[in-house]
Amino acid sequence: MDLMTNLMPASAEAFMLVMVCTILIADLLIRQNGRLITYMLVQLTLLGCALITVGTHESGVVYAFNNMYVDDLMADVLKLMVYLAVSMMLVYSRQYLTVRGLFSGEFMVLALFATLGMMVMISANHFLTLYLGLELLSLSLYAMVALQRDSAIATEAAMKYFILGALASGLLLYGMSMLYGATGSLELGAVAKSIQSGAADKNLLVFGLVFVVSGLAFKLGVVPFHMWVPDVYHGAPTAMTMLIGSAPKLAAFAFASRILVEGLQPLVQHWSGMLIILAIASMAIGNLTAIAQTNLKRMFAYSTIAHMGFLLLGLLSGGIEGYGSAMFYAVIYVLMSLGAFGMIMLLSREGFEADTLNDFKGLNQRSPWLAFLMLLLMFSMAGVPPTVGFYAKFSVLNAVVQAGHIWLAVVAVLLSLIGAFYYLRIVKLMYFDAPESHAPITIGQDTALLISVNGLGILLLGLLPGTLMSVCAVAVQQSLLLH
Amino acid sequence: MIFGLPIISVAIWLPIVFGILVLATGDDRNAPLARILALVGSVLGFLVTIPLYTGFAHDTSEMQFVELHDWITRFNIHYHLGVDGISVLFILLTAFFTPIVVLAGWQVIEKRVAQYMASFLIMSGIMIGVFSALDAILFYVFWEAMLIPMFLIIGVWGGQNRVYAAVKFFLYTLLGSLLMLVALIYLYNQSGGSFAILDFHQTTLSMTAQILIFIAFFFAFAVKVPMFPVHTWLPDAHVEAPTGGSVVLAAIMLKVGAYGFLRFSMPITPDASHQLAGMMIALSLIAVVYIGLVALMQSDMKKLVAYSSISHMGFVTLGFFIFNEYGMEGALLQMISHGFVSGALFLCIGVLYDRMHSRNIADYGGVANTMPVFAAFFMLFAMANSGLPGTSGFVGEFMVILGAVKANFWYAFAAATTLIFGAAYTLWMYKRVIFGAVANPHVAELTDLTLREKAIFTILAITVLGMGLYPLPFSEVMHVSVNDLLVHVARSKLP
Repeated sequence: MDLMTNLMPASAEAFMLVMVCTILIADLLIRQNGRLITYMLVQLTLLGCALITVGTHESGVVYAFNNMYVDDLMADVLKLMVYLAVSMMLVYSRQYLTVRGLFSGEFMVLALFATLGMMVMISANHFLTLYLGLELLSLSLYAMVALQRDSAIATEAAMKYFILGALASGLLLYGMSMLYGATGSLELGAVAKSIQSGAADKNLLVFGLVFVVSGLAFKLGVVPFHMWVPDVYHGAPTAMTMLIGSAPKLAAFAFASRILVEGLQPLVQHWSGMLIILAIASMAIGNLTAIAQTNLKRMFAYSTIAHMGFLLLGLLSGGIEGYGSAMFYAVIYVLMSLGAFGMIMLLSREGFEADTLNDFKGLNQRSPWLAFLMLLLMFSMAGVPPTVGFYAKFSVLNAVVQAGHIWLAVVAVLLSLIGAFYYLRIVKLMYFDAPESHAPITIGQDTALLISVNGLGILLLGLLPGTLMSVCAVAVQQSLLLH
Repeated sequence: MIFGLPIISVAIWLPIVFGILVLATGDDRNAPLARILALVGSVLGFLVTIPLYTGFAHDTSEMQFVELHDWITRFNIHYHLGVDGISVLFILLTAFFTPIVVLAGWQVIEKRVAQYMASFLIMSGIMIGVFSALDAILFYVFWEAMLIPMFLIIGVWGGQNRVYAAVKFFLYTLLGSLLMLVALIYLYNQSGGSFAILDFHQTTLSMTAQILIFIAFFFAFAVKVPMFPVHTWLPDAHVEAPTGGSVVLAAIMLKVGAYGFLRFSMPITPDASHQLAGMMIALSLIAVVYIGLVALMQSDMKKLVAYSSISHMGFVTLGFFIFNEYGMEGALLQMISHGFVSGALFLCIGVLYDRMHSRNIADYGGVANTMPVFAAFFMLFAMANSGLPGTSGFVGEFMVILGAVKANFWYAFAAATTLIFGAAYTLWMYKRVIFGAVANPHVAELTDLTLREKAIFTILAITVLGMGLYPLPFSEVMHVSVNDLLVHVARSKLP
């Protein structure tokens, strides 16, 4: 194949790379008060990528660069969601970062590099490509967390994130090298074939699998590899927390499903057992510990851990139901988490972070509309209909029951009952308590519009979830099960 | 069809749309507009349900006024609505109480009026949805959505300990619902990929599966009814809720749980229902007798009526699980009657509370001297609560006892004690509050009912007496459906 046919499936990535470099240079020529130009350029880049992704969409599965790269429906859907999430993150955080003096070219360039990393992860069909994407994402995020130089807590978070992230990458690489040793290939399809044929050494494979799953668990932030999550979520400026807590979850889903399902499907009985333990531990510790938090960002960190546990339930159930529901869960989780962190940023102002529970007291009296949107987001996270969070939980539970793990479904719902308590507490604070501060809430029109669309979208998707569910099911069917 | 629109959908969505309109009136400067809009919406909401009764065919147990549209095709979930003889009356009951609740909160609610009125309107639509949903997931969506407005009603406009009560209410009911969700998903996989409740009725299930499903449903429905021993949220919720909230809780929300037994537990798991009937009857009788005694000891009027509700609902579940026609029809009549009577009693207590800001029986005495009209109405409802012949309370209780005699004399004996306990706690409370000399200067300053309150009580009094003297319009609607259900439950579904 010549270069052009190879580049076609990866043209969005190529465009992104070119634009990031252009913006990096252009930003040097722009003065601080003209940062809006960079911002517009970044948004246009994301829009351009979206158009290219849609435009180069092909109905089948297309491989490129000697099977190192793959373009399929799942990749396209996830990439579009990633663009959307990053773009929303930028809108939400513009004002927040401006008043903190962090609204700089570096921030935006790093965000785009992270996006590129996610795109590579989503489309990878090879251990090395996967790793490349993962590192590009992770290194960008480490730097972003550390961007607020004068904040001790942010620096500490960046340090923790970096050290533990590097450790996880090491584990992952070690596991990959075992698998390579056993199967003689780094390409996912070939690895699967080699394991299937029975030629590979079983012990070596399982040994490698343990390391790969541990590395994955680190990146997803599930118990017992979750220690970095609360500290990083808490320490990073909220805009960075929002980025870490949203789009990378989509990439992580793609990462996990490509490695485990495409590459290691023959070892399913080994890894599904591991995932059961990880999932239950995450849901239990995530939900229980979240109750004790007074800082909202920490609370959301533990809630993320619990949500990722739920997502694993979908993965381990297998089949279209299982993978489709996990993908749906990831997409919905990202939308909810964007809204929730967006709300924290909207309520923050110069020199003040609205990130403790008390800051939400009496929000209904200060702004009934924002309180209502937050109520929708919280009930959605708790999985109460008619919000879309319910359907995310519902489809995962359906997959779990279909796979025959009814006891697991019962455990999952009991643990999410515990989770409902802390989401409910926020609603309680907003509606039942008197406000502590009467500072006026000033928000820009763009963010006001976005948070409204975000919150109402949660409700609207809850009334009509069918299309998105079908898209996810078709995507995983095409990508993960055909071969 | 009305104006070319399907009736049930209109009955569900009209109050919800009005609720959103009311919310849109914004803050309390526009409160008068919010009140009027809410009243118009709720009255219209009631009027549109009337064709459901007048157009109802009495000679079939098939679902009527059916609406069936695709909703989530991926899981074969439909927007499927319909009513039969069991559910139709509850829809009317729900729509009937909404204007009453709006009127009851007309002056008393002064802060966040629009949100208060909107919550009740939206909840009314959702509850009609619960009674008419024929798709399990649609049912579940309505069932859970009901929690959100009620949580806010108790928590925002409730009394002293409202937060505790609201959270307890929410978590208790959520626990039951989530287990039910797992059971529904299991049934979906067993029934060959359908969420239609009527398909569940035909699915064969092993005994173990039936018992586990029955228990999951039991958690969901028993919490809502509420049955002993999961009843403890109710007194808290009732006491802390504003008057309107208590009325809706007692009159309608408790019925939702009992309705669930009829629509889900009994027809889906008939063998388990028979197997576990002993437990259900025992729990029901404990509710009737023990909770009746507990009610006797209450010093708070609202708590007393709350416990009395639990005791009366014990009658309902008893009527269901003795599996005969008298029992089941009596139980359904009892549910409707209890809706009117307990709603009316909570409104009576609300009238006193608005004037005195106390629910303590000890703070009252000799109210008859200052509020004679009120005392007369209160008397009627108190009598109905204790099951006096000629009031609606008598018909249902009598039929359930009759049915219980057929099943086992001792069931009937234990159940009949309620006629004594019920009269004792209700009339004793009535005596302490209403009769005697004027107890204190506050009572001396009480003013009698306003025109608005008189109107509410007159409507309720007519209904209570009418149903007591001539229950046929109520019982003839349910007759065929109840018989059909009994035949269905008698058939084994074991593979």
